[in-house]
Amino acid sequence: MKVRIKFRKYGALKFIGHLDVMRFFQKLMRRADIPIAFTGGYSPHMIMSFASPLGIGLTSDGEYLDIELARPVDSVDAVRRMNEESVEGIEILSLRQISDEKKMTGMTILSAADYLVSLKSGKLPDHWQELFADFMSQKEIRVVKQTKRSEKEVDIRPLIHQWEIKDQGILLKLAAGSRENLKPDLVMDAFLSGQDIPGDTVSFFYHRLEMYADSEENTGGFVSLEAMGHDMTV
Amino acid sequence: MRKLALNDDILLKIEKPARYIGGEVNSVIKDKDKVDIRFAMCFPDVYEIGMSHLGIQILYDMFNQRDDVWCERVYSPWLDLDKVLRKENIPLFALESQDPVRDFDFLGVTIQFEMCYTNILQVLELSHIPLHASERTEDDPIVIGGGPCTYNPEPLAEFFDIFYIGEGETVYEELFESYKEWKASGGNRREFLERAAQIEGLYVPLFYDAAYNEDGTLKSFTPNNPYAPASVKKQVVMNVTDCPYPMKPVVPFIKATQDRVVLEIQRGCIRGCRFCQAGMIYRPTRERDVEKLKEYARAMLKNTGHEEISLSSLSSSDYSALKELVTFLISEFKDKGINISLPSLRIDAFSLDVMSQVQDIRKSSLTFAPEAGSQRMRNVINKGLTEEDILTGAGQAFEGGWNKVKLYFMLGLPTETEEDMREIARLSDRVARRYYEIPKEERNGKCQITASSSFFVPKPFTPFQWASMFPAEEYTRRASIVKEEFQAQLNRKSLKYNWHDAQTTVLEGVMARGDRRVSAVIEEAYRLGCLFDSWTESFKNDLWMQAFENTGVDIDFYNLRQRDAEELFPWDFIDIGVSRKFLYKEWERAMQGEVTPNCRMQCSGCGAAVFKGGVCYEGKN
Repeated sequence: MKVRIKFRKYGALKFIGHLDVMRFFQKLMRRADIPIAFTGGYSPHMIMSFASPLGIGLTSDGEYLDIELARPVDSVDAVRRMNEESVEGIEILSLRQISDEKKMTGMTILSAADYLVSLKSGKLPDHWQELFADFMSQKEIRVVKQTKRSEKEVDIRPLIHQWEIKDQGILLKLAAGSRENLKPDLVMDAFLSGQDIPGDTVSFFYHRLEMYADSEENTGGFVSLEAMGHDMTV
Repeated sequence: MRKLALNDDILLKIEKPARYIGGEVNSVIKDKDKVDIRFAMCFPDVYEIGMSHLGIQILYDMFNQRDDVWCERVYSPWLDLDKVLRKENIPLFALESQDPVRDFDFLGVTIQFEMCYTNILQVLELSHIPLHASERTEDDPIVIGGGPCTYNPEPLAEFFDIFYIGEGETVYEELFESYKEWKASGGNRREFLERAAQIEGLYVPLFYDAAYNEDGTLKSFTPNNPYAPASVKKQVVMNVTDCPYPMKPVVPFIKATQDRVVLEIQRGCIRGCRFCQAGMIYRPTRERDVEKLKEYARAMLKNTGHEEISLSSLSSSDYSALKELVTFLISEFKDKGINISLPSLRIDAFSLDVMSQVQDIRKSSLTFAPEAGSQRMRNVINKGLTEEDILTGAGQAFEGGWNKVKLYFMLGLPTETEEDMREIARLSDRVARRYYEIPKEERNGKCQITASSSFFVPKPFTPFQWASMFPAEEYTRRASIVKEEFQAQLNRKSLKYNWHDAQTTVLEGVMARGDRRVSAVIEEAYRLGCLFDSWTESFKNDLWMQAFENTGVDIDFYNLRQRDAEELFPWDFIDIGVSRKFLYKEWERAMQGEVTPNCRMQCSGCGAAVFKGGVCYEGKN
């Protein structure tokens, strides 16, 4: 059976990259005695996949990995065991059973992610909130997107599903996943360059809040990856 | 939440910030106000190397078991952070508390290889601790060194307050108690060092004077303080089964060189290879109880979550319960996705059988360390491995499906002739020929024989401590003779030959057998910008040569001179149990090409029996 684990990444752990977070979870599974299933073959490895890698320097309240279990576990008990074996900086929030269908892994169905952007250093103009609203009211926002091989100009406006000024920060709901993916720093870079603020004078802190799949009703709405599973009891 | 010593901007701009943040699984956090002693334990190389070292894990665990001590870790900041710390005047800090090292009571440095010496100075300077022990005050930590290089601590004598000679499990407790008493008494630094000097195995360099003869050799080495003993006794743990072992080693976030559980199955080696320092200084050979090791394996795998376990010893095949232990590991863990790695095994039917169970034969390679190409040369170095052993072992392996073999050799050994050098290539070729004796249809394509040679560096407390070395050009010449001979071999297309750099060999030679005067070169090289000398990308030989020139220290004096039977060596004040008389007898036997049997075949009376245990007393209870 498949389960989805939701976790929080905070503090000094923001300096641990994705590959090392994967290694951390592999070892955590063993320490916490989670009966994870292995692939066959000569060098078996754990069946584990992450919804979306989090870049170095970012923190998150909504990270996900899906794993295959060899036998059922109790959600509450498993979460407790994992937290006992974890470190400051990674907190397990939930473990929920999900559909066994292959096309339903977090990585495949991921469609959007929420980010909270706040000012880390430098200074923005006093009326930055108005400026950001103007920026968002544009019909299109063309930026140069770097890919592995080349760079191309794309319109990122359709990839920003929602935005909101909250306290001193900005909430962004951005397209995420394998079809379309927009990183929050690209949005902020585009905003700064539109205001003629040099990118190296202002820096932002990015915090991921949640990850979503498209909701089943085809309404254009989203459902959090966590809400797609249910707690297990043994 | 833990605060970090470095801010986000710094951490985001340097390579691998995880090296500096601490907070790993099983790292130990205590309340600094509730401990009496804060100990910063340093491995003077980059985090991934230092975190792979078993000795530190043992001491870290042992110290932290005490409620009154908090031991933390420090590693060398890589070149990128080094620049930042200097520019922004940020003091070097320990990983756990992120507090400056200078606030600690002790800075312990493990000294594993000669090419880390400039890194020790970097750690001191970045910690804002005076480089010279003589310039430190009560505000500075006590700087204590340990590890294999301290068997000749003299090139580093100026920079350390204390050297701990031998295995760390024995007298640290005593040192800590003494430190607490001294701290309560409000004494000065010198008074503490006098207390330390009275503890067996501890050497306080400030309390000794060296005098030299006109020819530059050591004339005398005498204590100048009534509390300092004339001879310092190496520390050994005689009951290795019941001595502390870390059940919860720290698990790094980033991949360390050694990313696995390490089971130390024994200490010491019965073999007596004449070039090998470890084989002499860790005498007598002592085995851990196999039942205890099984418990350790279970507990450590559970507590770390590692997916691999490895055995550690100088020669695993000599461990008496090896078969039982390996069978246990395979039956217990193999189905749980745990890899079992078995280094330093002699290649024979048993080891090939277990290796075929734990590794993918097609991908893995077998390693032999003949150390020398000719039988004559192997007799000189007392490497009890015959050509027949190698060819039989390789033959069995080839028939079992392996087709990759690694061969390790040394060049520049005492009495080495051109014939001996050429035999390296010829022996490699004979291994390849053995492969092609297998009928073509049963073979697994071509074979790959990779031969590597390093240049021999004579080490203190070995029979070869009297041997002379060669200039760098001579090492290179010898390697090119071997290279040329490889090209003349029948199976040259299946053979590959690599050799190590000759420049670091020369430096290692000076550091290994140097005296106190060598410290000036180390300091000058560091001032000129030498750092991370064991890393090819940062090794700067021209600066080292400049340092020798600036200080007037003569490389040839240390490396090229033939040492007399009677010469007083800088390390002679250390008593390792093994006698100088035995070492010299072995040197003479080497010159005659005579082989000495290993400890289990026949005792050669080396002197290590003075410790009253281990292999010396096997079957004598």
